[in-house]
Amino acid sequence: MASSTIPSGAHGDPTRRDFLMVATGAMAAVGAIATAWPFINNLNPAADTLALSSIEVNVKPIAVGQAITVKWRGRPVFIRHRTPEDIKEAESVKLSELPDPETDTARVTDSAKKVRPEWLIVVGVCTHLGCVPLGTKQGDPRGEYNGWFCPCHGSQYDTSGRIRKGPAPANLAVPSYLFTSDTLVKIG
Amino acid sequence: MASSHGAPPVFNNKVIAWIDHRLPIFSYVEKEYHTFPTPRNFNYFWNFGAIATVMLVLMIATGVVLATNYTPHVTMAFDSVERIMRDVPSGWLIRYMHMTGASFFFAAVYVHIFRGLYYGSYKAPRELLWILGVVILLLMMATAFMGYVLPWGQMSFWGATVITNLFSAIPVVGDSIVTWLWGGFAVDNPTLNRFFALHYLLPFIIVAVVALHVVALHIHGSNNPLGIDPKGPQDTVPFHPYYTMKDGFGVICFLIVYAIFVFFYPNALGEPVNYVPANPLVTPNEIVPEWYLLPFYAILRAVPDKLGGVLCMFGAIAVLFVVPWLDTSRVRSCTFRPIYKWFVFLLVADVIMLGICGAHPPEGWYVPLSRIGTIYYFFHFIILLPVLGKIERPLPLPPSIADAVLKKKVA
Repeated sequence: MASSTIPSGAHGDPTRRDFLMVATGAMAAVGAIATAWPFINNLNPAADTLALSSIEVNVKPIAVGQAITVKWRGRPVFIRHRTPEDIKEAESVKLSELPDPETDTARVTDSAKKVRPEWLIVVGVCTHLGCVPLGTKQGDPRGEYNGWFCPCHGSQYDTSGRIRKGPAPANLAVPSYLFTSDTLVKIG
Repeated sequence: MASSHGAPPVFNNKVIAWIDHRLPIFSYVEKEYHTFPTPRNFNYFWNFGAIATVMLVLMIATGVVLATNYTPHVTMAFDSVERIMRDVPSGWLIRYMHMTGASFFFAAVYVHIFRGLYYGSYKAPRELLWILGVVILLLMMATAFMGYVLPWGQMSFWGATVITNLFSAIPVVGDSIVTWLWGGFAVDNPTLNRFFALHYLLPFIIVAVVALHVVALHIHGSNNPLGIDPKGPQDTVPFHPYYTMKDGFGVICFLIVYAIFVFFYPNALGEPVNYVPANPLVTPNEIVPEWYLLPFYAILRAVPDKLGGVLCMFGAIAVLFVVPWLDTSRVRSCTFRPIYKWFVFLLVADVIMLGICGAHPPEGWYVPLSRIGTIYYFFHFIILLPVLGKIERPLPLPPSIADAVLKKKVA
């Protein structure tokens, strides 16, 4: 009796039962993915971690030629008060010579589009495997390009924090920052 | 009580018989660990599976005890480990056993893998057995790495930073993956928390995969130094007492060496800089992993391209999965492979050389040496293994295990 109600698939045609099997299977797969999502998403940064995402720094005490390290999002950020020679050196490099071409001006522009070539602000994390490059403290080796030198695998950065030599694939990242006054900068 | 091959055992003890009728655990032990026919010609290389199992149990036992006193928080982790070392009764011993145990577990497993490579234990019908073994190796590496992060010393922090940053080499989604792994914008408290949770979880997953590894082993039985299948009872001995005794002896010898390190040189295999608390603003002069990961670290640094280095490092493990199909020789044991034998020794030398390169900064001679080492490593598996199997003329195989063993005695 039952067999008469089920259309036969003798010629390889899909039956109602095939359709139900595929539809049920597909729904189960969607359900499994939807259930997996909260478990995966749970590992993403929490709200309190995200809340720590901006800091304010008074740059007034940093003399010309000096640099400081501040902690932002658990990572070091370098703020360098560049000398006129530093700036000239950074601006005079041909873009074609750079592994990761970027103009110096683009790297010293804050989020209000104001260019301040004397202040270079970069995330102090080597783009190779995340070490902290040397060159911020007085007496640190600054590499062949007078910027930063990463001791882990020998990457060298210039006075604009751009990669010049070594295994790192990219320039030191420029965080989003804004000068709220001439001496106060908000990072993040 | 005891039984001959095949026949189910009869238990005289009423309680055992009652239980076994309902849940045949006694029959299982009897069949798999007592009468189990095992090739009679094992050498001491066949001890290392049992040794690795003992180390796994030891690591879990010491680890559970350590976890009762450890605090997975960035401000307290380092101090809680120091408290274990100084204040907790026997804490120093349990921690040194765990720390040194990791090294000795890897040492045992590396010898075990060498045994498999040299005697062709990965060949049909033991391909899945081998693959499960490679899965265990990967799980061990992940577990060891996360465990190393827990004391939150300088090398813990920077090792975690470098290794998690490997994933940033993945195009497009790399940075999001790294943020997801960290649970923040750098290795920080969320990272330490999840590493602790996973470091506690993974060993039990290893136990499960080891169980599968052993089940797969008992389907076709062990390989042996001659690499030929046992042809009858004259080629085998029961597992107990012959190999329970031999394994027991090997385990004791191994544990003596282990105990010497635990009691006299507990820090010989570690990095002193990990006794400096983690500082996210200062990178140590040199970041090096524990010795058992050095060859892979050397491969990572040998490639001048970031993504290429990461792919080669993972590829160095991944290639092991397909070894059963890369090897075209029908002869299992290197005893009868006069040419390939020497290349296996060369591979061992190559891996040791890579390990030495991995321990030094990538400067001077270490750069070309690590590149040559990396090229040979992949050449060995991808080119030599398939080609040599076709052109090498193996020595004649003995007619049976018993035949070979008895002849040796006469000679």
